[in-house]
Amino acid sequence: MPILEVEDLSISFKQYTSKWQQETLTVISGLDVVLEEGEILAVVGASGSGKSLLAHAILGILPGNAIQSGTIKYKGETLTSARQEELRGSEISLIPQSVNYLDPLMRVGKQVRASAKSGDPVTLQRDVFEQLHLQEGVENLYPFQLSGGMARRTLLSTAMVSGAKVIIADEPTPGLDPVVIKEALKNFRAFADQGCAVMLITHDIESALTIADKIAVFYAGTTMEIAPVENFKGKGEALRHPYSKALWNALPQNGFTPIPGSQPQSNALPPGCLFAPRCPIATPACGEARPEMRELRDGKVRCIHED
Amino acid sequence: MKIEAKNLGFRYDGYPWLFRNVDLTIQPGEIVGLKAPSGYGKTSLCKILAGYEKPVEGEVLLNGEPINSKGFHPVQLIFQHPEKAVNPRWKMDKVLNEGWRPDQSLLDLLGIEKEWMTRWPNELSGGELQRFCVARALGPDTKFLIADEMTTMLDAITQAQIWHAVLEIVRERNMGMIVVSHEEKLVQRLCHRVINLDEITSRM
Repeated sequence: MPILEVEDLSISFKQYTSKWQQETLTVISGLDVVLEEGEILAVVGASGSGKSLLAHAILGILPGNAIQSGTIKYKGETLTSARQEELRGSEISLIPQSVNYLDPLMRVGKQVRASAKSGDPVTLQRDVFEQLHLQEGVENLYPFQLSGGMARRTLLSTAMVSGAKVIIADEPTPGLDPVVIKEALKNFRAFADQGCAVMLITHDIESALTIADKIAVFYAGTTMEIAPVENFKGKGEALRHPYSKALWNALPQNGFTPIPGSQPQSNALPPGCLFAPRCPIATPACGEARPEMRELRDGKVRCIHED
Repeated sequence: MKIEAKNLGFRYDGYPWLFRNVDLTIQPGEIVGLKAPSGYGKTSLCKILAGYEKPVEGEVLLNGEPINSKGFHPVQLIFQHPEKAVNPRWKMDKVLNEGWRPDQSLLDLLGIEKEWMTRWPNELSGGELQRFCVARALGPDTKFLIADEMTTMLDAITQAQIWHAVLEIVRERNMGMIVVSHEEKLVQRLCHRVINLDEITSRM
């Protein structure tokens, strides 16, 4: 059963370009994604492709100048901002991307305990710290005294003690050593197996493959492909979108081959397929219209060529 | 130029030693991976080598000489979090040209677009910001480069692009480089050899 459904989500920002002129920048367009109960969905893609914004939209914490359209449903019910406020931190929990989200003036143990909603906060916090290999004294430290990896594990702990149904983890693993990554991912898997769900926003495709069920590939603010994890192997022959293939083949273990160019800026999006300017198999037809998302071989793709 | 660390030791006041008796030598043109579990002082070691921190014990030598603490530091460090390494109140062109004026060919190699120059740091993604930090660190007087989880926050294509550019420059100028990364596969791909910090240090 879907626990979280995002349909046709678009997010734009109003910005002043000069003193009197405003401009609307569309950073996410036509984005669809579904999170099922008991499932881990990994969201991968270029930085700046709107992965974090999706997380912030689900929680209703976009900045004030954001304009949002489309629907987000939680357990079949459309999320209003009042509902979002009620759910965030209790049923839906976010692990933010930047370690700057820690309160610099509060000891980290106390910060983690503040998110525990039931049970004894101190026991919960100490258990989680132990699971994530944070030593005993760490709870009394301030964020500036932690290493990057320790700060990230502290952020992870806040979500793990919260008792949420949905965890949205925004890049939880960078800078952690493999043992801790494995431990954290194992926690996510156990959490999903209890019937909860995890949206794992990451660019660490390799780690995502070890625990996720499906992978959604983002580019320039929309979903290019949704594929079962089994498709990510070899030279990516089973993948549906040329961007997913390029991403896969750029990994250090699979060729390390970069494709030229960079993701289009949101104020200069191409009229047709967003990937067309960098796509090795693009034809004139690709430049005409944005391809619709369609079902293909047990997954979804937004490309007119693949069959 | 050859970089040497002799008997380095570091601790924060009143805390146990992070590491002690660290000796390492890296030849010009050599790319060396540095590994250790998180919290073992990898970043502190990088900061000492790049002159951001003073070691409590020991010294860092470049071509057998201590490094002059005034002026441009020949050992440049690229941090994990670019958003914390740029001045949030400076536009990107000012950030980029703080130490030297990178030429157009370097900007092209790193894929830095002209429109980005007039933006504020919070208007760019991590990958875009990191390209600026790389360009900024590659001045003509840079003799040695340290990449502390430089591409950890970036997607695979951007990561490959930045590394290909950095490797090209490092090879061309015969610079030495330390790569700190948890990504085993990346280290294998890039480095001539790997140093394990917990094998070359004592924490007493």
